Amino acid sequence: MGGYILKRLISAIPVLLGITVIVFLIMAMIPGDPATAILGSYATPENVEKLNRDLGLDKPLVQRYFIWLGNMAQGDFGRSFSLNRPVLDEVAERFNATLVLAGTAFVLCAFLGILAGVVSAARQYGWADKGITFVVLIGISVPSFFLGMMMILTFAVDLRWLPVSGMYAIYGGGDLPDLLRHLVMPATALAVVATGVIARLSRSAMLEVLRLDFIRTARAKGVPERGVIWRHALKAAMVSIIPVLGIQAGFVLSGAVYIEIVFQWPGVGRMLVDAILKRDILLVQGGVVFVAACYVLFNIAVDVAQSLLDPRIKT
Amino acid sequence: MTLGNWTRRALLAASGAALALGLTVAPAIAQTPPGVLVVGQIAEPKALDPAAVTAVNDFRILMNVYDGLVRYKSGTLEVEPALATSWDISEDGTVYTFTLREGVTFHDGSAFDAEAVKFNFDRMLNEDHPYHYTGPFPLAFFFSAIASTDVVDANTVQFTLNAPYAPFLSNLAYPTGLLVSPAAVMQHGADFGRNPSGTGPYVFKEWRSNEAVVVEKNAGYWDGVPSLEAVIYRPITDANTRVAEMLAGGIDMMVEVPPVSLSEFQGDDFTVVEQAGPHVWFLILNAKEGPFANKLVRQAANYAVNKSALVNDVLEGTADVAAGPTPPAFAWAYNEALEPYPYDPDKAKALIAESGVEDLALTFYVTEGGSGMLDPVAMGTAIQADLNAVGFDVAIETYEWNTFLGQVNPGLEGKADLAQMAWMTNDPDTLPYLALRTEAWPDKGGFNSGYYSNAEVDELLNAARVSTDQTERAGLYKKMQEIVQDDAPWVFVANWKQNAVTNAQVENFQLEPSFFLLLREVVKN
Repeated sequence: MGGYILKRLISAIPVLLGITVIVFLIMAMIPGDPATAILGSYATPENVEKLNRDLGLDKPLVQRYFIWLGNMAQGDFGRSFSLNRPVLDEVAERFNATLVLAGTAFVLCAFLGILAGVVSAARQYGWADKGITFVVLIGISVPSFFLGMMMILTFAVDLRWLPVSGMYAIYGGGDLPDLLRHLVMPATALAVVATGVIARLSRSAMLEVLRLDFIRTARAKGVPERGVIWRHALKAAMVSIIPVLGIQAGFVLSGAVYIEIVFQWPGVGRMLVDAILKRDILLVQGGVVFVAACYVLFNIAVDVAQSLLDPRIKT
Repeated sequence: MTLGNWTRRALLAASGAALALGLTVAPAIAQTPPGVLVVGQIAEPKALDPAAVTAVNDFRILMNVYDGLVRYKSGTLEVEPALATSWDISEDGTVYTFTLREGVTFHDGSAFDAEAVKFNFDRMLNEDHPYHYTGPFPLAFFFSAIASTDVVDANTVQFTLNAPYAPFLSNLAYPTGLLVSPAAVMQHGADFGRNPSGTGPYVFKEWRSNEAVVVEKNAGYWDGVPSLEAVIYRPITDANTRVAEMLAGGIDMMVEVPPVSLSEFQGDDFTVVEQAGPHVWFLILNAKEGPFANKLVRQAANYAVNKSALVNDVLEGTADVAAGPTPPAFAWAYNEALEPYPYDPDKAKALIAESGVEDLALTFYVTEGGSGMLDPVAMGTAIQADLNAVGFDVAIETYEWNTFLGQVNPGLEGKADLAQMAWMTNDPDTLPYLALRTEAWPDKGGFNSGYYSNAEVDELLNAARVSTDQTERAGLYKKMQEIVQDDAPWVFVANWKQNAVTNAQVENFQLEPSFFLLLREVVKN
């Protein structure tokens, strides 16, 4: 087992190196440079040249890449130009906020999606099925940022039940109920589309399973319908639902970018958008590498877990 | 056996969830108490070190935490004493001697004196200074005229300039000239920007990244203790979210309200304030080649564009029509006699016919957004329609702001015939000096991207820069505006009026023509 993990970790190194090359080249190729972004109207060639020298951007591309890579290998991701603080501090803090948001949204969409799918399948063509299908189709069709804005107008501006934006109240907040109040709208808005997709696919997976012989056998043996649906059918359907959950987890994480902007959630997606607009090279590069490394590690962890559960996957 | 069993259970779970949600919702949204003002900012600040930042957004905090030697008199762009009580300028305009206010201390307790002033300017300008590494200092060139800063005695400091430089005093009033505590810089080094210490009406308390910057009143402020206990600056980058926060009571004050949202704030619950500032929005015309090499065609473009429609319909009245290159906010240097080019398509057609220019195809650079650019895409489209209506054939090319600057700043030659641009400056010298002189063509390091050249304008601007007599300078600028308006190197479009909204609890607030946000006298009930 240890050997397998080591092998997977070593095989991740070229992937990560490839990511560093790609993100570095993209930032080097996009038009505009940090000095122009910082100086704005005052970006005379002379001022730009001086500032680029101060920022260490006057060195040849290849040299800059290896300096960056070397520093990163020692845990130094550099300092952000636009925020004037270490990249790693900023990225870690922001990634944490994104995980809270995307994690909550994921739990929400997995739970509600599967529940809706199972109920739909159990009551195929009944009123519950039709009602759920109708709501789910609307959920899939409404863009999450639009839904987010409508929720703000309704629940924050008109009804004043929930705060408009942010992660904590700026005055006298900071505890868990405060976080939950701020989390309700963005997590819901983020979860809606994925909930719809999961519900649709869970429904069809369940319908397929419910037609199989072992279900008929179970019913014939007198297993209560609740047990048939939840214990026998759902367990079998999970085989095809789980990969969908994996894909939707990715969508939720990337969809967080829009939601973070609408709700001013201090997450990593909003940070990257701001950093790109400000040409904050080190922050973009550090942020992308950090998130990519987390993805890679997450995938390795999933594979390892799977191989532990399923002996057919060779270690 | 029916399914009734588990739907009941689902019902139970659902009502449980609703109850939990209700619990989180139940406590009413905490309102900030009286005396604590929450300001909605457009972005997270970069740093709270005045020498290291360039954004108006950051200045809105800095101007309340620091003071400079001089400042703008309320409601004007004229300089008055601040940390300096008086000053003396030598005959030849190269030596400025300031007498400093006595008994002032920085927030960290260290004394404000001539040594502290010298430390500030040396740190920014002298590459060998032990704390120069706390930069970079992108706007240090505001003070590039300083040859040396000398301590005469504890309360007297002297600047020697390498040449007479008239905008020196107003540059000292700009945020780049705000004075920081040397002791705090020495203590925090590169992290000074997150641990600021000045002499201003508010003392820095804390900075929670991406959440808030909090400042508290300075109980020992030399110019009157503020009535507010604290100010909280909240960065909210999305304009719609900012408007929603304002409507929901999450913030007490917001700046840069989008024109389309102004109607939301009518009524007694809110007050909208506006103030014209030193801003001008214009189109750079390529005077080197193509149709705009001909002065008559440039004038035709000025007649063709319906500027009133732009400011009233596209910008919803958040700007005035510009008459020339200098914004009226520089009252002392502005030529009141100038009238904007009227909207007259027939006159435009006649001028084009008179010029004999036949190829009227134009490439028009438009930006998606950017500092001071207002609503560039909508404005660009309206301008395109106006120009096409008099016979031009305009093709728009749109760029993201940084890319746009990269296209426009090196000059329009061989690429485009006109480009949008906007400037906000602190002295009437800056924009024309950097963007209208022959010596300011892009290949010489300036921003004259349309290659305008007029020897008389060059002479007037050079003379105005070295004169220390304000009346004389005013005369020179007024003459310059007349010539430039007639030569029409730009289409003069708009002067932006900055706006802000406050809720009913906020009193005593006004905007300044400098576009700075000064909160010392603001009250919140």
